[in-house]
Amino acid sequence: MAFTAENLLLANEIVARYPKTKSAILPLAHLAQDQDGYLTQDAMREIAGMIGVTPAEVLGTCSFYTMFKRDEVGRLVVSVCTNVTCLVMGGPEVLEHLEQRYASDKEVTIEEVECLAACGNAPAMQVNYEFHESLTPGSATEIIEAYKSGELTARGVSGGVAGGGQG
Amino acid sequence: MTSVIGAPNATETRIITKRLRDRPEDSWTLDGFTQSGGYESLRAALKLDPEAIGAEQVAAAGLRGRGGAGFPTGTKWSFLPKGSYPRYLVVNGDEGEPSTFKDRMLIENDPHQLIEGIAIASYAIGCNLAFIYVRGEFALGFERLEAARRDAHAAGFLGTNILGSGFDLDIVIHRAAGAYICGEETALLSSLEGDRGMPRIRPPFPAVAGLYAKPTIVNNVETLSTVPHIMRMGAAEYAKLGVNKSTGTRIFSLSGHVNRPGNYEVELGITFRDLIESPELGGGVRNGGKVKFFIPGGASSQWLTGSDEHLDAPLDMDYVQQTFGVMLGSGAVMVYDETTNPALVAWRLAKFFAHESCGKCTPCREGTGWIEKVLYRISHGYGRPQDLDLLLDVGDNISPGLNAPFSQTTICPLGPSAVSPVVSLHKFFREEVIAMCQNNDRVLHVTASDSGTSDLGAG
Amino acid sequence: MKDEREIVTVTIDGIEMQAPKGELLIRVAQDNGTFVPRFCWHERMKPVGMCRMCLVEVEGVRGMPPACTTTVTDGMVVNTKSETVKKAQDGVLEFLLINHPLDCPVCDRGGECPLQDQTLAFGPGESRYVEEKRHFEKPIPISELVLLDRERCIQCSRCTRFADEIAGDRLIDFGERGGEMQVITYPDDPFTSYFSGNTVQVCPVGALTAKPYRFRARPWDLSAVETSCQTCSVGCRGSLESSSNELVRLLGVDVEPVNHGWLCDTGRFGYEATHAEDRVRNPMIRRNGVLVECSWPEALDAAAEGIKRSLDLHGPASIAMVGGSRGTNEDAYLWARLAKGVIGTDNVDAQIGDGLPAEVVLGLPGATIPDLDEAAAIILLGPDLKEELPVLYLRVRRAAVDLGVPILDVSAVDHGLSRYASATIRHLPGEQASAAREISAALAPLIEGRTGPIVVVLGRSDVATSAEPTVAAAAIIREIPNTRFLIALRRGNVRGAIDLGLAPGFLPGRVTLESGAERFAAAWGSAPAEVGLDTAGILNAASEGRIGALILVGADVVNDFPDRRLVRAGVGGAGFVICINATITEAAADADVFLPATVWGEKAGTTTNLEGRISRVGRKIAAVGNPMPDFRIASELAFRLGTDFDLETVEEIQDEIARVAPAFAEVDAQLLKRARDGVVLPIALHRDELVLEPRRIPVIDFSWEPIKPEGPGELEVVEPEVVEPVLEAVASDEVALPADASSGVGLPEAQLYVWSAQHTAQPTPGRDNYALRLSAGRTLYDNGRTVASTPALRALIPAQTLRVNPSEISRVGVADGESVRVSTARGSLVLSLTGDANVPAGVAVMPFNIGDTGVGDLVDVSLVVTDLRLETLR
Ligand SMILES: Cc1cc2nc3c(=O)[nH]c(=O)nc-3n(C[C@H](O)[C@H](O)[C@H](O)COP(=O)(O)O)c2cc1C
Ligand code: SF4
Ligand code: FES
Repeated sequence: MAFTAENLLLANEIVARYPKTKSAILPLAHLAQDQDGYLTQDAMREIAGMIGVTPAEVLGTCSFYTMFKRDEVGRLVVSVCTNVTCLVMGGPEVLEHLEQRYASDKEVTIEEVECLAACGNAPAMQVNYEFHESLTPGSATEIIEAYKSGELTARGVSGGVAGGGQG
Repeated sequence: MTSVIGAPNATETRIITKRLRDRPEDSWTLDGFTQSGGYESLRAALKLDPEAIGAEQVAAAGLRGRGGAGFPTGTKWSFLPKGSYPRYLVVNGDEGEPSTFKDRMLIENDPHQLIEGIAIASYAIGCNLAFIYVRGEFALGFERLEAARRDAHAAGFLGTNILGSGFDLDIVIHRAAGAYICGEETALLSSLEGDRGMPRIRPPFPAVAGLYAKPTIVNNVETLSTVPHIMRMGAAEYAKLGVNKSTGTRIFSLSGHVNRPGNYEVELGITFRDLIESPELGGGVRNGGKVKFFIPGGASSQWLTGSDEHLDAPLDMDYVQQTFGVMLGSGAVMVYDETTNPALVAWRLAKFFAHESCGKCTPCREGTGWIEKVLYRISHGYGRPQDLDLLLDVGDNISPGLNAPFSQTTICPLGPSAVSPVVSLHKFFREEVIAMCQNNDRVLHVTASDSGTSDLGAG
Repeated sequence: MKDEREIVTVTIDGIEMQAPKGELLIRVAQDNGTFVPRFCWHERMKPVGMCRMCLVEVEGVRGMPPACTTTVTDGMVVNTKSETVKKAQDGVLEFLLINHPLDCPVCDRGGECPLQDQTLAFGPGESRYVEEKRHFEKPIPISELVLLDRERCIQCSRCTRFADEIAGDRLIDFGERGGEMQVITYPDDPFTSYFSGNTVQVCPVGALTAKPYRFRARPWDLSAVETSCQTCSVGCRGSLESSSNELVRLLGVDVEPVNHGWLCDTGRFGYEATHAEDRVRNPMIRRNGVLVECSWPEALDAAAEGIKRSLDLHGPASIAMVGGSRGTNEDAYLWARLAKGVIGTDNVDAQIGDGLPAEVVLGLPGATIPDLDEAAAIILLGPDLKEELPVLYLRVRRAAVDLGVPILDVSAVDHGLSRYASATIRHLPGEQASAAREISAALAPLIEGRTGPIVVVLGRSDVATSAEPTVAAAAIIREIPNTRFLIALRRGNVRGAIDLGLAPGFLPGRVTLESGAERFAAAWGSAPAEVGLDTAGILNAASEGRIGALILVGADVVNDFPDRRLVRAGVGGAGFVICINATITEAAADADVFLPATVWGEKAGTTTNLEGRISRVGRKIAAVGNPMPDFRIASELAFRLGTDFDLETVEEIQDEIARVAPAFAEVDAQLLKRARDGVVLPIALHRDELVLEPRRIPVIDFSWEPIKPEGPGELEVVEPEVVEPVLEAVASDEVALPADASSGVGLPEAQLYVWSAQHTAQPTPGRDNYALRLSAGRTLYDNGRTVASTPALRALIPAQTLRVNPSEISRVGVADGESVRVSTARGSLVLSLTGDANVPAGVAVMPFNIGDTGVGDLVDVSLVVTDLRLETLR
């Protein structure tokens, strides 16, 4: 979907922040991903048009970064760390448990990620980039369920703060 | 040769972590910040001659970069070519080095301290537009930084004619999107320009031609967060802290099998043992166990073991480099007790580097993947006795000589970093690894696409 | 370009050498005979240091810096062959191979692949890599012309850098990262660059392959000849390769002053036209209203008879010749000699109503292509170079982007280079002259503080507008000090044809009928006194029954002349039509005699590009059937008309040209053979640029071994067994260097033509508010012979549509894409209408020569501009 009128305003404001417009690719892609739930081809084309590069260039850039999802994902993206501290503190077990538990749940996408900078309280995960630490398989499940029921409010799929807004 | 003089007390020395420890309820707000002395250093700095700040304060304090390389910050600033404008300050908040989690804490809990540091540094180097490149996954950090920037702007600490000094500064907070390599400063600049985050060939160095090919200083979050305190304390006072050429304090991210993992700001020069065992710091290995090995400076560093020689080494960047060929790097110390399979840790690190290689250099793009695959086999019971030597030779083709500081066939040190776990396995756990590979009755069939199936178990 | 860098001394592998400071180490080593292996570095692209194959040791430098990103400094000591370096290189090679498929036997690059060569030579017998390789779907098409095999890719980024840095068409890029990194296009956005074939050429392995060449040959079966492309008038240098008497590939050869090794896709793949099914193999003659095959003597006799009859009845002015811009210089010269020296007519025109008068082409001070690099500014007033002279587009783009040369764009509509312009003057088609008056003011800020000539790329931007406004503009621009002109004419050897007299009013060697009269009367026996007609004049005269014999030399007038009604009337009205061509074109269908000619690839000689640079055209294969080279046909006709040229070989013709045609003084067969980068006319002004060095026979620039110059000045050519005369190799030491200016053999006495006429512009008629003014430039892919006969390119011809500003669409009240009736004073057509914000209001844009009907049905060449009206069909 194209940027909504509101997001388009924000997008233009983001482009204007940078001495060179191409710098805006990442923030614009976050904005589009938050809006659409993943980074659609239409969005990349629109971004290319806004900053005057080819769509291939936008795809080339965006596909370098793991946060951009180019296929549909669930409303909740759960990123579980299994890097070297979480590895020895139970991260893989949390991951395995969640993968099984949510294998057929369209609302939840479980992914394995690299170190989240939460090793002090390993193992850790993020749900739409909100940190949750010192996990066990059970507590991780409870957290996800709390998001599903609405008890916890999730950020956007891209973390929900793409624009920020200059002041 | 450096020597350890008067090892400091094994307690925290809270300078840049003071506020966030003292006022956990509002340390990130403008009020919380200004009520605890915030922006006073900026006010003072704006009255000084900009050039003097770099030379007489930052350099004199002996401040070295906290991002990993430990390069003297004042010296770096002095590399900016005279008379060439615009120039940019870019803050490296990409913190992705496994087990490093100090910058996230500073960003989330004391963003104004960073902004104050940025403002002073920008004034010192003559920059009017600074960028904070913040790791994409730090959604809360980004939010807090944005709010802090807005508030600082509204309060006149940013914007035009800051505090009536005639100095103008704007900050753009740029949220990244998940790529460890973008912590490398030239890759960061590529990424900030909207390109794939691939490191660039040096020279030219960023100080000469960096962001948008303009002179650019890249500094780490902790480095810049320290600057206001140097201004406040005075260079001489700051330089009294620490040891040898490692002055001041650093935040160490302690993790793994210790009783009290977490971030500890300590004076440089205390020992690893102090950090790991002191009751006010790591509190010892869990379950009363012993250190089997630890990784002293983030995932890229080679490892050290639980030997007295290693544990009693001081946190002195040059000492550990020269004595053991390891680095303090990003200030992450990962501790593993005797239950740990070092090959598994090595494999997970290799997997990380293979996943994060940008792909630009052949040895790194292909070599990290190769190392990962072989370490996977070794750590999962499919290893062959000759695999470790194969890995060493493959590693030697990425990092000739297998020494630290790295010699490298690659552009940036990421490729060679992936060799560190291999070398460490070889140095300290060779027997154990070879034993894992012996009498393997399990067989992994690996297809080498055009040459059919080879039976690794038989090898 | 003068290299003014300081010279430093470098020692490489123990050998001291001199080099300009700051030059790349890899280049210094190579220029001095030390080849540092490389994959990613390419001479014409910025170094990226990615593949890490070129690592060397430099004394005093830690580690191993890549030779491709290291610049030389005085006293530098380099080792490229130490054990450490060897180990690193072997390591890189092993890394490249672990994921590279072992499919060399079915790979196009097998046999000329540096990866394969190096592995065979030094690689370990057995792989230490026992893990699984990366797998991708085998080759996927990324465009109509190019396929990508991601398994074979070694991520050197040459293709992506070419697309970005050189072509400015970043339609391919790298996607993903690390081991997953691969070349991508955007989904549904194929790699439609006009220059896509270059990526195939620069790919060191077989990751990118060209559809036309795939599986056609194995490198070791190929033989090559050095040649020049004749698709357009840039004249790119190339290496033409065949296998079993079939052309299979054209590779660009890096010639500094011309093409830097690049080719456009039409040039690169157009060789397929040589093998077109519809090539005519035997002469034909009209019997009972139909063309039937006959013998050469029969056909030549009939043709000569047709000419003679008209000559006898109505005199030389009743005979006309159109065309001759597709052949070699040697062809053109003998056609000119036949027409002007034997028949005695000056009704001769190599241009087909779509160029500029010969006065302008010949008479303005000329620029060379390298002048663009050092220009104070470049003024573009002419065709869309990207569409018409693609490799010149690359050069201008480079000047603007890499060399900082400001561009002043004077045009009616946006074109390929508009986005690189520093300043723009927009005008309505036909208003070139008033736009030209604004140039001085617009130019002033651009050239401030800059030195060098102002290079004007001048041409007809559009065939729906007559040459008149462009000529008027040229007269104004010529008055700006320090201007030099590159005349942007399109067809392959149009410049050579005009230089050699295939234009009314001129004799070979850039002299007028008047100034050359004496000289040619002596050389030829006679020369016309009266200035003749150009193509439009000829067609008009023919339509009025005043042309008794019309000779069409490789001219597809129905498709190339802008006014179809006039062509039909002209060709229909001509008493006798002789057609020399390779295929039966529309106009040829009316011919009385059809003489099949050999084409590019089948004949040797020279061609002249738009700078006036003469370079060699190579003969690679023998023609199938019995076509004859043009110069032979001209000789045979002359003989039958009573003149024996007595010129048997191409070299004899070249020597005669050098003797009689003033601008060609000294440019004889020997010089042409030795001048590596060709010869720019007149030699007296361009002697400094001559390079009399051994030719670097192309092969592939990334060949593992350095390109070894083959014997001095000799063509390293394995000529097939052919019946035609072949260039004989000349031993260099027997060849005297051409005399320099001081030796007294300078410019010939005859003064070369200078255009001095004061030009008074005819006022361009105004446009009324309801009309749109038509701009009809060409597109790279059109119905022209090369594209239409090349299967690979035919599919790329765009759909015909009339592009207008979106406001016009709403004014007419139709939907975007809807069909409307388009009418001019000449005719009307139904065309689909497309809105395009880049088209200014009041203008309509339609490519020329696309589809069966089109611009040619709307244009009346007697008018200066073409205004049209739109009506809905509803
Ligand atoms: C692979 C790689 C990753 C890095 N990641 C980071 C990082 O996340 N944060 C950081 O501050 N520096 C990182 N660095 C170091 C930076 O390149 C650079 O040295 C540093 O930001 C400079 O700041 P400083 O002088 O203040 O330390 C990394 C370096 C490499 C080679
Ligand atoms: S070493 Fe690895 S991460 Fe660094 S530039 Fe080379 S490929 Fe990229
Ligand atoms: S790194 Fe130098 S040629 Fe590739």
